[in-house]
This record gives sequence, structure tokens and C-alpha cells, in this order.
Amino acid sequence: MSRRGRSTSGRLPLVLLLPALLGLAFLLVPLIGLLAKAPWSTLPGRLFSADVWQALRLSLVCATSATVLCLLLGVPLAWLLARGGLPGRSLIRAFVTVPLVLPPVVGGVALLLVLGRRGLVGEHLDAWFGISLPFTTAGVIVAEAFVAMPFLVISVEGALRAADPRYEEAAATLGAGRWLTFRRVTLPSIAPGVVAGTVLCWARALGEFGATITFAGNFPGRTTTMPLAVYLALETDPDVAVVLSLVLLLVSVVVLASLRERWISGLR
Amino acid sequence: MTLYADLQVSRGSFNLSLDLTVEPGEVVALLGPNGAGKTTALRAIAGLLALNGGRIALDGSVWDEPPRTFRTPDRRPIGVVFQDYLLFNHLSCLENVAFGLRARGVDKQIARSEAARWLETVGLSEYARTRPRALSGGQAQRVALARALATDPSLLLLDEPLAALDASTTLHVRAELGQHLQRFEGRTLLVTHDPLDAMVLADRIVIVEDGQIVQEGKPTEVAHRPRTDYVAQLVGLNLYQGTASGTTVTLTEGGTITLAEPTTGPVHVAFPPTAVSLYPTPPSGSPRNTWPAVVTGIEQHAHTVRVRLDASPTGPSTLLADITPAAVADLHLTPGQPLHTTLKATEVHTYPV
Repeated sequence: MSRRGRSTSGRLPLVLLLPALLGLAFLLVPLIGLLAKAPWSTLPGRLFSADVWQALRLSLVCATSATVLCLLLGVPLAWLLARGGLPGRSLIRAFVTVPLVLPPVVGGVALLLVLGRRGLVGEHLDAWFGISLPFTTAGVIVAEAFVAMPFLVISVEGALRAADPRYEEAAATLGAGRWLTFRRVTLPSIAPGVVAGTVLCWARALGEFGATITFAGNFPGRTTTMPLAVYLALETDPDVAVVLSLVLLLVSVVVLASLRERWISGLR
Repeated sequence: MTLYADLQVSRGSFNLSLDLTVEPGEVVALLGPNGAGKTTALRAIAGLLALNGGRIALDGSVWDEPPRTFRTPDRRPIGVVFQDYLLFNHLSCLENVAFGLRARGVDKQIARSEAARWLETVGLSEYARTRPRALSGGQAQRVALARALATDPSLLLLDEPLAALDASTTLHVRAELGQHLQRFEGRTLLVTHDPLDAMVLADRIVIVEDGQIVQEGKPTEVAHRPRTDYVAQLVGLNLYQGTASGTTVTLTEGGTITLAEPTTGPVHVAFPPTAVSLYPTPPSGSPRNTWPAVVTGIEQHAHTVRVRLDASPTGPSTLLADITPAAVADLHLTPGQPLHTTLKATEVHTYPV
């Protein structure tokens, strides 16, 4: 029996259906356009050209490094927010989420003001350690981590708040200190949340453009990641821009698929 | 050395004020209704809750004495069995049992072999690699007990260890738990709302109501000499001593009781008043525990009527039966009236003296 024949709620109202379909088209058509305009015949050659390969490699290295940085700092931060019993916790959480809504360019400017050679902290980094972050690969990683970390923190904190803290109490009565409890009990129980947060964080870092170009500039081989390369190529060789975009699109689809199947629906 | 706990905890309008001692090898049951503060007391002793006043000390070391001293749970020699066990689902049963030893710095191989020995003790060797979620309630409880005992704690804390089990397994698991507690040389504090758990498992019962101790004593004392109405209702059990041989128990005070499962030696025999039925004429068929009896008293409780009977010489000389007010009317109950009583053998519990 067809589903339509058994519908009990009547016809779909046109006033909802029409904008819904329009919205769907609005989201899909650009992607289809990208596929349609792709220079399929010359694609393999362009894909493996030195420039594309360089940008892709830099992007992967930077996004992965930024994600590792986010994990090292973000998971403890999420733990502090969920379990620390801090005063003014909701205010801190609001600050953590600011980079989510902040225009990335503004983030880049802020980073430049703080970590730039004349910046609040950057001045001392330069004077004491001879470290200068702006316009370097390390700068790219910093910019990406700044923008992507909230995704990880929010995801991990949500998982922590959903996890039953009584298991941590049970571990304590068995003689486990807080660090051991965190490693052996808390972390394994929130693993799905951490993985989901990591994937989101990595995808965000990979696509980062505004903060990167502001803070790290655009130097091929050093700071020109894929999104920057796409933007540049659009002005010189649009076909290369399309190829680069396709690669990023593919990565996004893979990320989305892995998220959906393993971690979002069903959780194991 | 004695565990000494003077517990003063305030939670909003609720005040807990208990003075407890537990000797080595002793099982003390904290018995009381839900919300009496039993679990709060247990959490305070475990260190999951800080005292507002008083003192907890064992073996000359102070665990909690506000405002100066507070030892976190991981620095107290305790083992806790939680009401819903809280086994770690990402670890196997063996790893769960080994967790406490590992946390206390025992070498991995030694911890694992010790854990395997404990799983064997509770009869679950074949479940070493199983994840806890695949276990039945009774099995999970045994793993939780093994996990708590594996670190050889000075104090074992049990929070409603049988409450999460279904009725059919409770009897068996309770008997097993009793054996493990008897073998355990440390101190045991058991929190329960079930009088039968307390009667069967504990050497001493402390009855808590509204954060205060209302009565304290051996199970038989508490059962036979309830000091408040609340205690009388709470422990409203028929409790006797006797000598078992097969499925028959000869009571010390005279009379016999037939059991569903055979046992031997000196035993306590307990059954709830609801297990006793009253008939005006001898019941047909052949229920095994059938005694002629005389009504010696009738008390009205909230929803039932408690009838005191004398079933000697074939049965116990003091017997409590709970029946409905309608049954009282049907039977035209009056003191001195002869009746016939039956007792379901399946509701009779025995435990060693």
C-alpha cells in the first residue's frame, strides 16, 4: 500500500511546500553547478599539479594540527565548564561561543592585535623567544584553532553534561583520583561526543578563510591553504578554482557521512 | 578498630543526625523509609558528601571532621556497591573488578589475576570478558560486589543492593550476598528500606526515620520488641528460631514449619504476615503449613488488619497475619475464636543463626 494513499493529515499546504522546495533548490543548485562546470577532462592533470597538491597538503597539515591543539585545550575547557562548578559558568560559556558567531575576519584582526609582532602578547613572544606567529604556518594553525575550538568545546561539554556523574563517584570510591577517573571513566563514556566534536572542528578548520588570510596572509607553500587557493585561483584560472572547490566539497561530504553514520544517529 | 561516625548533615530543611559504630566483621543495616536520610549517611561516610558537623574516623585516622579535615573518597579504604551498581560499560567484567586495584597502583597482571579470583568467588568466571550491559541484574550485582571487595576495603558500603532486582531473583541473590558478607572480615554498612534484607543480612539494625535513629538492636530484638509503631509496621515479620532438617524446621518454642527449599542446622525462620491466610474451617487440599489457631488480638493498620494468633502446639505460639477489613467481617473475628491458618511455604525465608 502506498504511503500517499494512507496519509491521514491531508494535503501539504502550498504556502509551506513552495518555500520549502525553493529553499532546498537554493542549497543544492550551487553544488550541482559546481559539478556541472567542472573541467572533468582536464581534472586529473590539474588535481595533481604541484600548486593544488601543495595547498591541499598544507590545508590537511594545518587543519589536523589545529584540531590537535583544540583537543588538548578544548576537552579540558569543556570539562571545566561541565564539571568544574565554576562561578559565572554561563558567562564563560558565552565567551567560548563568541568565535562561533564572530566574523572570522574580526577574529583575525583580534589575533593580529594580540599575537602580532607589536601585539599585547606577541611583543613578548618576539622579544623573549624570538617567536613570531603572523604570516607563518604556525599562524595559520593558531587562526584555525581560534575559529574551530568552540565547535569542539560545545560538543564535548554537551556529552559531559549528558554523562552520568555517578560513574565518576563510583571510580572515586574505588580509589581513582580525578585525573585517572577522567582518563579511564569519563573520557571513554563521552567518546562519541569527542569524536563528533573533533570531526566538526577539523572540518571547520579546513574551511577556515577569513581569520587565516587576515592573521597569516597569503604565501604559497606557507600559508596558502585550500580556501585561500580557491579565492586566488578564481582571479587567475577559474578552472583550478573549480577543481579545488570540488576537493573541498568531497572532503565535506565524507565528513558529513562519517558523522551521520557512526556518531550522530544511534551512537554505536 | 571500630568505625566511628557522628554524622551531621544539613540539606535545606532536612537535617541528618546519626551516631553510628561498626565493628570489624559486623554487618550493620541502616533501615528506614525512603527519604529518611539513609543514602545521605552512606554518601557522607564514603566521602561523596562532606559533613556539616561531627566526625568520621577509622583505625585512628580521621576521614572527615569539619572544618579542618576531609579525605576524598579515593583516599578512604572503602568499597561501595551502588543501588544500580554503576558498572563501567566500556570495560569488561574482569576490568571492572580490576579497576580498584589498578587505581591503587597494583601491577596490571596481578590486578587481573586477583580480579579473576574474585569473579570466581562470585561464580562468574565465564563472564570475565563480558560487558556489564549483557549481564542479568543478579549477575551485575555480584560483579559490583566483587569490584567493591577486590581492593580489600576496611569498610564495605552497600546502598540498597537488592532493590534493583526482580522478586524472583532477590531471594537467591540475598542468600548469596549473606554468605559473602559473613566471610568478609571488614566492617559492613548496609542501607536498605526492606526489613527482610536487614533481618537476613545484618548483625545489628539501626532504624532511621527523618534523619534520626529511632531504634537500634539485634534483628530479633527489633522484630520482637519494636519501640515505635513505625518500627512495628516496618519490621512486621514473623521471626522464629529453630532447627532445620530437610524441608522441615522444628521451632525452639514448639511446632514445625515446612519450607520450600531444604536446609539444615540452626536457622532463623521469617515470613511476612501477608503470607498467612485464615479460614473458618480446615482448608481443602493439603497445604503443607496448616495449623489450628486461636485469635489473641486484632489491630487496625492503615489498609490492613493485623491479627495475632496462637497456633501452638502444631505451629508458632505467636503468629501475625495481615488480612483485609473485608475478610475480618467475613470471618466475624473476635478474640478467643478458633480458626484454621495456612502459610505458603514459598514465602518462608530461612537464614543461619
